[in-house]
Amino acid sequence: MITTMDRSKIIETTKDFLSVEFEIDKNKITPESNLKETLDLDSLDYVDLVVVIEENFGFKVTGEDFKGIVTFNDFYNLVEQKLSK
Amino acid sequence: MNQRVVITGIGIYSCIGKNLPEVLDSLYNGKSGIIYEAKRKEDGYRSALTGFVEDPDLKPFLSRRERIGMHQPAMYAFMSTKEALEMAKLDVDYLEKNETGIIFGNDSTAGAVIETIDKARKKKDNTLIGSGDIFQNMNCTVNMNLSTIYKLKGINFTLSAACASGSHSIGIAFLLIKQGLQERIVCGGAQEINSYAMGSFDGLSAFSIRESEPTKASRPFDRDRDGLIPSGGAATLILESYDSAKKRGAPILAEVIGYGFSSNGDHISNPNIDGQYRSLNMALKQAEVKTQEIDYVNAHATSTPIGDAIEAKVLGEVLGGKVPVSSTKSMTGHECWMAGASEIVYSLLMMQNNFIAPNINFENPDDESAKINIIAQTKEQNIDCFLSNSFGFGGTNSSLIVRKSPL
Repeated sequence: MITTMDRSKIIETTKDFLSVEFEIDKNKITPESNLKETLDLDSLDYVDLVVVIEENFGFKVTGEDFKGIVTFNDFYNLVEQKLSK
Repeated sequence: MNQRVVITGIGIYSCIGKNLPEVLDSLYNGKSGIIYEAKRKEDGYRSALTGFVEDPDLKPFLSRRERIGMHQPAMYAFMSTKEALEMAKLDVDYLEKNETGIIFGNDSTAGAVIETIDKARKKKDNTLIGSGDIFQNMNCTVNMNLSTIYKLKGINFTLSAACASGSHSIGIAFLLIKQGLQERIVCGGAQEINSYAMGSFDGLSAFSIRESEPTKASRPFDRDRDGLIPSGGAATLILESYDSAKKRGAPILAEVIGYGFSSNGDHISNPNIDGQYRSLNMALKQAEVKTQEIDYVNAHATSTPIGDAIEAKVLGEVLGGKVPVSSTKSMTGHECWMAGASEIVYSLLMMQNNFIAPNINFENPDDESAKINIIAQTKEQNIDCFLSNSFGFGGTNSSLIVRKSPL
């Protein structure tokens, strides 16, 4: 379990693994962009999103967690919050 | 309804070539696709011999979502199906608007299942397995993936019948089109190649241990054969009603005229004379051809001592000793679930190019194979009509008869 990571490292790590997993241009991942639209997620893709988050950050995101995530900024906030616990 | 059933496209991805031109070259030149895979020894294999074809890179053709549910059977089958559809002049746009079915032969997904189980054991949380595994794990993986990719709207199921799966898939597609229930059906067979898939089969000591000479190890009908060699890949055929093919201006490669089938109702792994007789005779009766009209037999013969002897006996008694016979498994090894379909593709390539591919490594006959006409060297010959046998564990038998394109 990863316990500390500054925000810039979180952003860099996120861009790396999401661009590989979902085969998108890394530059499309900006703090304000919409996570679902940018990654072109359907219901099955959320399963894979949970897997790669767990592999890279060491915690499991729940359906409840996703409800509050619209932009990548929201996601980075969630990662910071989870890692600080 | 009694429709004529023709073949309008074929495709192949096998250990003797990744497409039709490569396979044609190997068939003509008697080139073996068998290798010694050292890793199999580490995995506990008695025999490390196998056919080998690398996993295709599908990224240029398919999206991530389309690829994620694919393991070897579906990956191989995509490649052979892509080639077959292109030959048949069929694309997604046409298939989406014109009802087309898919019946694919497959009988295992061991590699995918083991990889999934490994993940589940490690994570101890099934929600961390990922979304693609279930579609890789199910035996209908080829059907699920290809029917989705190609927007197929007709009949859609997987045919599981051991080493006769590919042959029965063609037979059942033939019957459905013949009865007027479908205009066209994508059919074929797929066979994974990985260590997980064949370990228990190897455990029966059914595989050749001629490991010092991999390309000489598969020797159907030869006196010194000592077992089969597992192999795999995929083969696809587009079966279509004659009327539909003519209407579309599709190439008509040949006509399927006979499908015979039977079950031994006997031992789970040993072959049976009566079952093979019944399958062969049913196909001949349905095709309404005389035995002397068969120009070539692509035998099931896998290079096992008992299996080849029984098939040679049945072929000799039903067809006589003159009809040319070869087993392309001498080059490919035993492509199992795929074999019944790939061997129709191989035979069609011979028919189109006027030759009989050799039964390589046939050096000395035994008592039964001496009574039939085994072609050991490539032979230039016209083929108007051929027969292909497939027999599988559990005593399932299938025989198909195909003749040259109707006018």
